[in-house]
Parts: sequence; structure tokens; C-alpha cells
Amino acid sequence: MAYVVPRPKLTWKEKIYLPSIVAGLAITFKHLRRMLAGQTKVAMQYPEEKWDANLPEHYRGAPTLVKDDHDRERCVACQLCEFICPPRAITITPEEIPGDSKFAKVEKRPKEFNIDMIRCIYCGLCEEVCPEQAIYLRKDYAITGITRAEMVHDKKKLYELGGTMDGLVHKWNPLK
Amino acid sequence: MIDLFSAIPWELMAWSVGKTLFLIFVIVLPMVSYTVYAERRVSALIQDRIGPNRTGFPLSLIPGFKKDFSPFLGGLGQPIADAVKFLLKEDFVPGHVNKLYFWLAPALAMMPAIVTLAAIPFGSEIFGTKLVVADINVGLLFMFAISSVGVYGIVLAGWSSNSKYPFLGGIRSTSQMISYELCMGLSAIPVLLICSSTSLTKIVDYQIANGWLLLPITDGHLGFREALLFVPVLIAFITFSISMFAETNRLPFDLPESETELVAGYHTEYSSMKFALFFLGEYTAMIAGSALIVVLFLGGWHVPFLPTGAQGGFWGAVWGLASIGTFFAKVAVLLLIFIWVRWTLPRFRFDQLMKIGWLYLFEIALVNMFLTAGILAFVK
Repeated sequence: MAYVVPRPKLTWKEKIYLPSIVAGLAITFKHLRRMLAGQTKVAMQYPEEKWDANLPEHYRGAPTLVKDDHDRERCVACQLCEFICPPRAITITPEEIPGDSKFAKVEKRPKEFNIDMIRCIYCGLCEEVCPEQAIYLRKDYAITGITRAEMVHDKKKLYELGGTMDGLVHKWNPLK
Repeated sequence: MIDLFSAIPWELMAWSVGKTLFLIFVIVLPMVSYTVYAERRVSALIQDRIGPNRTGFPLSLIPGFKKDFSPFLGGLGQPIADAVKFLLKEDFVPGHVNKLYFWLAPALAMMPAIVTLAAIPFGSEIFGTKLVVADINVGLLFMFAISSVGVYGIVLAGWSSNSKYPFLGGIRSTSQMISYELCMGLSAIPVLLICSSTSLTKIVDYQIANGWLLLPITDGHLGFREALLFVPVLIAFITFSISMFAETNRLPFDLPESETELVAGYHTEYSSMKFALFFLGEYTAMIAGSALIVVLFLGGWHVPFLPTGAQGGFWGAVWGLASIGTFFAKVAVLLLIFIWVRWTLPRFRFDQLMKIGWLYLFEIALVNMFLTAGILAFVK
């Protein structure tokens, strides 16, 4: 059935246009008043107020390295994260663990572990691919620096950010 | 030339120069920069944002001060930052422009707006000197004449820029100004008929004696004739204000500029201080326009039931200064209404603009003129 679009005739009130101007002014004034009274929730004032307390469990911030409860670095320098990293932000130089070390049977560890935070896209693939559960995306999001060199996180910095992670973590957390 | 200057008494000369400097540099230019601030702040509040609330007065540049001074509202140093930014920007002149008119246009946008302020009585009296820079007896005509020169700045800017968006902006501006100039003049005529003078000081004096035109009870009583005259005065006020919006290129009539269609309209090719001059010119014109509305309809610097400062002496000077404050407080309220309207209404289409100007406002103003004349002639 054909449907005829109704074209309503304008009333005289709509034709003279002034009432709708007044209505519009009333609406904007309402917004102004509510802002002045502090009733409108507005944007966060960033450096003073932060979102940190409300970050969700699955938030993907800066990638970091973690140690286990025996203070052993979990990373075994298999370089899977280096190979999967889409923007190629990770560079690992592996080395053999010397025989006199407590963890000599692990055999391999990273000598250098650099993540270029200018390149990192926070995708979390390194975390997903890691068989040793050594790399985790933490909740740090304000990564800043004055030089390019400063933006490359080395091993020391990564452990500093990562801290320790005890026991087996459910890596395939559906939220993560 | 020397004879001309020696013919003027030096007191008059000193007072005139003093008043001009005071009006321009102490009142109007700071007011312009804080109108820009208010514009940004009020627009933000209307749109549920916060607006510029960070920039304080840069005290930390002075040795010995640790922090910038940022008083109650925050962001009050923003106009200073804006001005410094404008001064430091590269003043780029594109190769394809007509250099002479390109340089002339910003000055022509700014100067008429400032010159119109000369005829505005912005206060009562201090030490027997009337607070008006040029008390000319055709003040209103002077204002209309000079303020319409302001359109040449825009037209020249649009034409000399030699590219399509400024050109369209210039053309629009021309036709808009012509249409609205006419009904602005016509809607001021009822005021002239009632006050029977074109001198702005006489118009204010009439309103002090007989109550403000838009609020005729300020002299303490309301006669039948006054009440009857209130109707045409209200109509004149509405048409005059609408024409003033169009005259100063404010939304909903900002077609010469119209960011969304014409990039930036007539000042697309301008940068740095030349752009700032257009900006200042626009806001100064807004202040001059609001001042004219205040003088014509809202009793100028007068506050009912308070002394005017004409009695002289110390208290006279105090009341005189208070009258300046009153005048610019009224202007500030009108400026806030300008801003409020700007952030409420969308822009008219060009044919709608022309239709409103020629088919409605012009006729209403014309009929209103005869209405006023009829009331004045037949009702005693």
C-alpha cells in the first residue's frame, strides 16, 4: 500500500518563529544554569583527577616483565614476543645463564630486553604469546619522555614497572 | 593648522584626549579581550564543557614568584596569552593578493568601530565635564554613518584576498549590510520621534526625565501616553536588536564568516595581527552596538532614584564614576545576551536572511514608525 508522507501545515506559532527561538534560549540557559550549579557531570580535569582507580581488570597499558616468587626472571628469551610484535617494538638479546647460578637449569635469559614505547601499540599480543607468562600489560598508560632514547624501556625499567607475579596466573582470562 | 589648534582651549583639548584614551585603552580594549574570554567560557558552559580555566596571570615569569596568579574563575590570563600568540605568529601575506587593499582592510574593519564610540555618552559628568568624547548633535546619524563604513573592511578583505571563499564572504557581507542598515535606521526613528533629538546625550537626558524608553516607570510614574508608547518602543527595540545582530555579523547572521561553508569567510587568507584586527573590530563593533542599544532604549548611564553626578565636588565625581560603571554593566549584560543567542541559534540560509530583512523587519519598522508618529500626534 502506498504510504503518503504527511506534510503538516505550520501553525501560526511555528510560522512567526519567535516562540521556538525563546524555547531554544531556554534550553541553552538550562544547560548554563546546571553547569554553574555543578549538576552536570563533565570531563575529568586530567592531571589533577585521574581515572586510575576505575581502570578495568582487562586494561592494556604498558607491557612489562615480571619476576616469580623466587625472584627469578620468568623470561627465558625465547623471542616469541619479538617475532609476533606487529610494530616490531621489542628487541631481545639472549644470553646463557652461567653454570654457577641458582637458576642454571633454565639455561637462557635475556641479556637485553628493550621495548620501544614510541612503537608499541598496546595490542597485548606479546602477553598472549608468552609461554612463560613473563610479560604482562600493566595499567600504566602515561608513558612520557623528553628524548627518543628515554622512550625505550630497557630491562631494568621493565622489571621495575612489572614487579613480581606469584604462581600460575590465569592467562586466558576472558576479560584479558 | 596651528591656528586651528590654538583656537581650541587647552582644557577642552586635555579633557578630550584624556577621555578618548580612558575610553579606548582603559575600558573598551580590555572589555573586548574579556568578551572573547566570556564568549569561550559561556559557550563552553552552554555546551556542557568547562572552557579555558588554566591560564593565570604569568607571575612566574617574574623572579621571586613560584606560581602563576589564577584568581577565582581560572583562565583569566587567557586574553593575554591570546594577544601574545597573535603578536608572535608569522604575518603571512599570500602571493596572489592585492597588497594595498589587503593591508588596508583590517584597519578599515577596526577603525570605524572605535570611531563610533566617540559619540557614545558613557557616563554623566566628572568635575563639570560631560563624559562623552564628542558631544555632537547628530550623534545617532554619525554612528550609523561610521558603522556602515565598517563593511568596507570586510568587502575589501574579501575582494583583495583574490580567492573564492573570501570573495563569497565579501559579497554576502555587502548585501547583508545594505539590507539591515536600512531597517536599523528605520527602527531607531521612533526613538528620535519620542525624544525629538538626534543627539545621544539629549536622548539620555530625555530618558532620565521621563523614564527609560523600554522601562517607562523608572521616573516613578506611568502615564497613559507612556504606556501606549511602550508598544512601538518594544517593537522598535526588537527590530533594532535583530538588525544589530546582523550589522555586527553575529550568529544567526554571521554569513560573511560562516566557518562551516566558507572556511572563515572574508578573513580566510589573514593571519597574525591582521586577523586579530578583524577579530577586535568585530568585538568592538559589538560593544559599540550594545552601547547604542543601551543609550537608545535602556536609559544610558542612568540608574533610577540615584544622583547623577551633576552636583559637582567629590561626591559628584564618585557618582560620575559610578555612572560609567553602570553604563558598561548594562553593555556587559547585552554582550552576554549576544553570546547566549550565538550559542543557541543555527545560522540562517542566505535567502532566509534576505527574506527576513526585506519582507519582515523592514515592513515592521516602517509601520512602527507611523504608529509612533500617530500616537505622538493624537494622544496628548
